[in-house]
Amino acid sequence: MDQTSALMNKAADLSQEVRDGRTIIRLSGNLSIACLNDFPDRLDAIEGPVAAIDLSQVDHMDTIGAWVLHRTMQRLDCGITGDRCDAERLLATVGQAGDPVNIRPDRVAPLQRVVGQIGEAVVNSFTTLMGLVGFFGGTLVATWNVIRHPGRFRINAVVQRFEVVGVSALGIIGLMSFLIGIVIAQQGSVQLRQFGMEMLTINLVGRLTFRELGVLMTAIMVAGRSGSAFAAQLGTMKLTEEVDAMRTIGVSPMEALVLPRTLAVVVMMPLLGFYASVMAVIGGGFLCAISLDIPPITFIQRLREVVPITDLWVGLIKAPVFGIIIALSGCFQGMQVEGNAEEVGLRTTAAVVQAIFLVIVIDAFFAVFFTWVGWN
Amino acid sequence: MAPEEEIAAEEVRVEEAVAKDGIAISVRNLKNSFGDQLVHDGLNLEVRKGEIIGVVGGSGTGKSVLMRSIIGLQTPDEGEIHVFGESMVGRLDDEALAVRKRWGVLFQGGALFSTLTVAENVEVPIREYYPNIRPQLRDEIAAYKIRMTGLPAEAGPKYPSELSGGMKKRAGLARALALDPDLLFLDEPTAGLDPIGAAAFDEQTRKLQQTLGLTVFLITHDLDTLYSICDRVAVLADKKVTAVGTIDELLATDHPWIQEYFNGPRGRAATAAVSRQKDKRR
Repeated sequence: MDQTSALMNKAADLSQEVRDGRTIIRLSGNLSIACLNDFPDRLDAIEGPVAAIDLSQVDHMDTIGAWVLHRTMQRLDCGITGDRCDAERLLATVGQAGDPVNIRPDRVAPLQRVVGQIGEAVVNSFTTLMGLVGFFGGTLVATWNVIRHPGRFRINAVVQRFEVVGVSALGIIGLMSFLIGIVIAQQGSVQLRQFGMEMLTINLVGRLTFRELGVLMTAIMVAGRSGSAFAAQLGTMKLTEEVDAMRTIGVSPMEALVLPRTLAVVVMMPLLGFYASVMAVIGGGFLCAISLDIPPITFIQRLREVVPITDLWVGLIKAPVFGIIIALSGCFQGMQVEGNAEEVGLRTTAAVVQAIFLVIVIDAFFAVFFTWVGWN
Repeated sequence: MAPEEEIAAEEVRVEEAVAKDGIAISVRNLKNSFGDQLVHDGLNLEVRKGEIIGVVGGSGTGKSVLMRSIIGLQTPDEGEIHVFGESMVGRLDDEALAVRKRWGVLFQGGALFSTLTVAENVEVPIREYYPNIRPQLRDEIAAYKIRMTGLPAEAGPKYPSELSGGMKKRAGLARALALDPDLLFLDEPTAGLDPIGAAAFDEQTRKLQQTLGLTVFLITHDLDTLYSICDRVAVLADKKVTAVGTIDELLATDHPWIQEYFNGPRGRAATAAVSRQKDKRR
């Protein structure tokens, strides 16, 4: 490399000359990536036969210039002249590295790819479902072990989760439910007014929130808040080998990590669900008082008449089941993390999606079941 | 001056600085702190063009912080940093491009873009700085860079998650070399590699440095690397560069950390290994 040559930003250039009936390509300027411009295209446009490429007027060359030269020499099957040992060294280096390398993975035919992806998705959902059932079994075994040896019950961990899952969720769940109560009452009253039955808004708000929406919305919020957190926590612990370390010390991750979280969600879900229903009813009452001129006392009296106690039971029975689904999805997906940090993100998303999906599926089953037992 | 003229003028200045023999990086009076903790205080360092300088120091002496300051990822509290004569302090990501085109950085974990294949990773700098290069030529450039860093051809279409630690480092090196830089930053290139892989990586670094005329700024803990490929070694201690020089020169100083570092059991083993190799060559 000629380090002393002054200003080296002269663009790469070439000229052709015929000497004694032999074509010689004379290169000049700076053969480095910054100065190439359209030089490679012009070099490609030259058709053989070419006797030699003269480098004596080249100021500077880098490996990219050397590569462009190398491929041209191969294409035209010619040598170089000009006595440049630096250029020869670079040409030798890139020449040694000349084997072709695939840039992207081989493409699969579209039809084959689509079929393959569908198959993969089906197998994946099946194995995930099986895994979840297995995980549920594992949790039951762990629960049984803890019941047999109550000394192994981690009360501190559970109480700490109570706070994280329950108490700190009060604000957001309360606000959300209050607003949902307002929305139901508002939308309901607009429709019912057409029949002159605005009073039925109270039935709508009371029954809908206690039976369905209070618990359902709470489950969605808890899945988003706590289910995702479980997946991320356990996933990170898997990555940093904390879970493996626990096992080697003789602590069962099922008992130490999964059980406290599951128990916390199962206990907190009915409480949060009831709280959410009450907040939604307050929201509905608030709207009734403001826009329908139904005084709060009337609202409460009417509520007691039209909402059967079974509606409350329906909500409270569903809540812990939803809790189990949320906690298990979160912990299960977290424990599936392997490999890299990207996996934690994917599994966290999967945990939330899976939890909400399963909660809604189970909710549909409950709806049919409660109608069947006559609690409608 | 219009912005384009300024850029052109900057490119010319950097070209001249690169062409001239002398100093590649100069750091003067560098001060870095995190909260109350002072990492560098009055640090000075000059890196000569065409040398491999090894930077050593105990954990937490700010080796990586020094590198991050030079390449502009960390804004120092005080001090001046010049790379090829351009001041780098307080320059935004899209400024001083003339200098940025002329360096390549290998981060500790490789820092490959995980959604791109190895070959596509190598193409990123080329695509970014020289969009006029045709895709076919770009693919060819990426291919020979990959082969040049000693990766097998099968590594090209693989994603970073499918690579071993050593291959990730080599792929990172291929990306760092994509634009044929004049200055190469390596952050612990041999950490986490097996001894054979580490020795091969050292050999590769030396070979590339000689072929391409690189200046290499190398952070390392690896005594073997220091002995086998570094022209000079800079020792970071007491919040500054306490000593710079060849290993023999460093051994002549009486700084306790330097003495312990090179004369500790591992240091002696590395010295012995080097002298054994020299004997073999004779």
